[in-house]
Amino acid sequence: MSELIRPGYDFHKETHTEPMVINMGPSHPATHGTVRFFLTLDGEIIEQIEVEIGYLHRAFEKECENQFWNGVFPYTDRLDYTAAALNNVGYALAAEKLIGITVPERCQYLRVIAGELARLSGHYTNLGAAALELGALTAFIYFVEARELVWDLIESLCGARLTHNYVRIGGVTADLPEGFAEHAREVFRRNRELWDDFAKLLLKNRIFLDRMRATGGISRQDAIEWGFTGPCLRACGVPYDVRRAQPYLVYGQLDFDIPVGETGDNLDRFLVRLEEINQSIRILEQCLERIPPGPINVDNPEWRQPSKDDIHRDMESMIFHFKNTFEGQKIPAGEVYQAIEGANGELGFYLVSSGAGKPLKCRVRPPCFALTSAMPLMVKGAFLADLIPTFDMINLIGGECDR
Amino acid sequence: MISPELIETAAKIIFVFALTLGFFAPVLGWVERKQSAVMQDRIGANRAGVFGFTVIGLLHSLADAIKLVFKEDFTPRGAEKALHTLAPVMAVIPALIAFAVIPFGGQYTLWGHRVNLVVADLDVGLLFVFAISSISTYGVVIAGWASNNNWSLLGGLRASAQMFSYEVAMGLTVIALVMYYQSLSLVEIVAKQENFWHWGIVWHWPAFLLFFSCAIAENKRVPFDAPEAESELVAGYFTEYSGMKFVMFWAAEFIEMVTIAGMCVALFLGGHHIPFVTQAGLAEALGAFGPNGAQVAAMLIGVGVFVFKLILLLALQMAVRWTLPRFRYDQIMKLGWKMILPLSLAWISLTGAAILAGVMPRP
Repeated sequence: MSELIRPGYDFHKETHTEPMVINMGPSHPATHGTVRFFLTLDGEIIEQIEVEIGYLHRAFEKECENQFWNGVFPYTDRLDYTAAALNNVGYALAAEKLIGITVPERCQYLRVIAGELARLSGHYTNLGAAALELGALTAFIYFVEARELVWDLIESLCGARLTHNYVRIGGVTADLPEGFAEHAREVFRRNRELWDDFAKLLLKNRIFLDRMRATGGISRQDAIEWGFTGPCLRACGVPYDVRRAQPYLVYGQLDFDIPVGETGDNLDRFLVRLEEINQSIRILEQCLERIPPGPINVDNPEWRQPSKDDIHRDMESMIFHFKNTFEGQKIPAGEVYQAIEGANGELGFYLVSSGAGKPLKCRVRPPCFALTSAMPLMVKGAFLADLIPTFDMINLIGGECDR
Repeated sequence: MISPELIETAAKIIFVFALTLGFFAPVLGWVERKQSAVMQDRIGANRAGVFGFTVIGLLHSLADAIKLVFKEDFTPRGAEKALHTLAPVMAVIPALIAFAVIPFGGQYTLWGHRVNLVVADLDVGLLFVFAISSISTYGVVIAGWASNNNWSLLGGLRASAQMFSYEVAMGLTVIALVMYYQSLSLVEIVAKQENFWHWGIVWHWPAFLLFFSCAIAENKRVPFDAPEAESELVAGYFTEYSGMKFVMFWAAEFIEMVTIAGMCVALFLGGHHIPFVTQAGLAEALGAFGPNGAQVAAMLIGVGVFVFKLILLLALQMAVRWTLPRFRYDQIMKLGWKMILPLSLAWISLTGAAILAGVMPRP
């Protein structure tokens, strides 16, 4: 001890310390096996962080080049698998933009319904998981129940719960089942209760607020420069929502608010997503009220999957069924970019067609790629523990980011 | 030479072991699953069974035990083998020993033999508990150090800082009680709580809240589980433990929960006493059993009341565990040093002033 207090003693000079280099992931509870952080820690403070993605790379874009246009849909399901139908919708819209067709109004409503249900599922998963990783398992289970109920709805719509594969070029696979609107209203009533419980459990909890507030923040300018979109950008106070900025489907006619935050920290991201759940339910209720009767596919056998009845009765349907099955739809040559508002932000599909039955190129702009790339900016100098809520609010979905 | 004292002590030790290790450690594993299931609208563990009899999931603890006994006892390469083995022992033994000074009943005269229902009636029982529980800190820190794993090391570091800090705060929270009861012996403190208005919680409920928080922090359970924080540190200090060594940490946590509950019951909730019923009154009411029978009945009732209070506090600890999220490491420190410590000091001053002024009559 006397050594330490002798005059002229310089702790930092005479004591040898070095930062700890630690590998977080891919097999780490917080990284879900899909990402690796290479951390340099000074005690508990993150000095340096390198993010390594690609652990869930399945060559989605290359795989699409070997599929007929309609055969890509099951693959899009596996992009953001917490909100599968939204990916279906985005891809279908891009392909239809390339062809130059517009689907009937009922079909547009159906796509909005499927998409918003998927967004609900995505937000429930994300917010629940964020609570879980801060140790609040009970809140997580509340939202799992809400998600299950939404999945029941989706199941009654398309038969699948996780990977919906609901949309096709030129239409959707199935119309609303009988009694869907009543079922949906019942689900929304229960989900609002669960939402209240969840919000009360966390937002009146000082521990949770302390963990989320003023962590992982990013300035508005930085967020724009790093290509943020979706809830993380809106949390910074930028009211950019593709559904409003470039309306597609029937979003232009629907009445909904775009919640924005102020500071852009994790709490704001959390609150924005929490409010978006309410807005999605609002959209769904309007859709169920206004959905018009009519066909759910374009009236053109070349671009839709004809029904068996049509194939047996109608010459043209039979020809195109044969040709589309064996050669794929011949989408005119050209290239197109179509963005939709995914659960995480702007989900863009950039399609190139050479006029053959398969895409020449199918590029996806995953919203969480841009968010993940800004991770070092958000967590450098913060505590190791702050990495967890920040990474949760970024909502890196391996399937979407790595493709 | 087998004396009655020896038999008495052996019986008491066996009872305490049976209560903590034999009953509460496995049953709390079940309670943890079932209570969380109830709180989360789930069914909970109900699969492990013998010939279709699942006994509401109770057999899961047995299944766990069988599974974990047969697991590979793994020591990572580069780990300090001796310390790696010693650490879980150092975690679990103090948790068991601390229970020795907690009275689980009163004093009874059976066939002319005086029975005091505490394993060791120490004059400084309270200090003994603190002394012993600080040893369990070493188990955790050594586990973190000896595992040769960075996550374990971080967990061990967090644990050392957290447990040392909260020990200070916890020690101070009970000073007011010591001033109030004028004793460090838990047996004497319990004896002085015969009158309900002398229960610790009546006057010293702020100390109860502080003590309870500190105790949960000492036990490293949610919301203070930063040392194991599974989403940050994988499993913290016991990342590299498997099989029975893991069970020892796991059991240490549960036994410590029982010890905390026992301490709270002894200090604040009147031990084995029933509110508004004196020992003499109880013996009189049971007079129909004869002098010895009344004493035996009173003893059984006393132990039952103690265990009942224990279970209430354990359920409370479980409810806290399944409601709150986890603190960040620096927030735990801030809470300990900047909130709980000053508050307990303030409570000591207040109690001192109240006793001096005669507002708080001592029992």
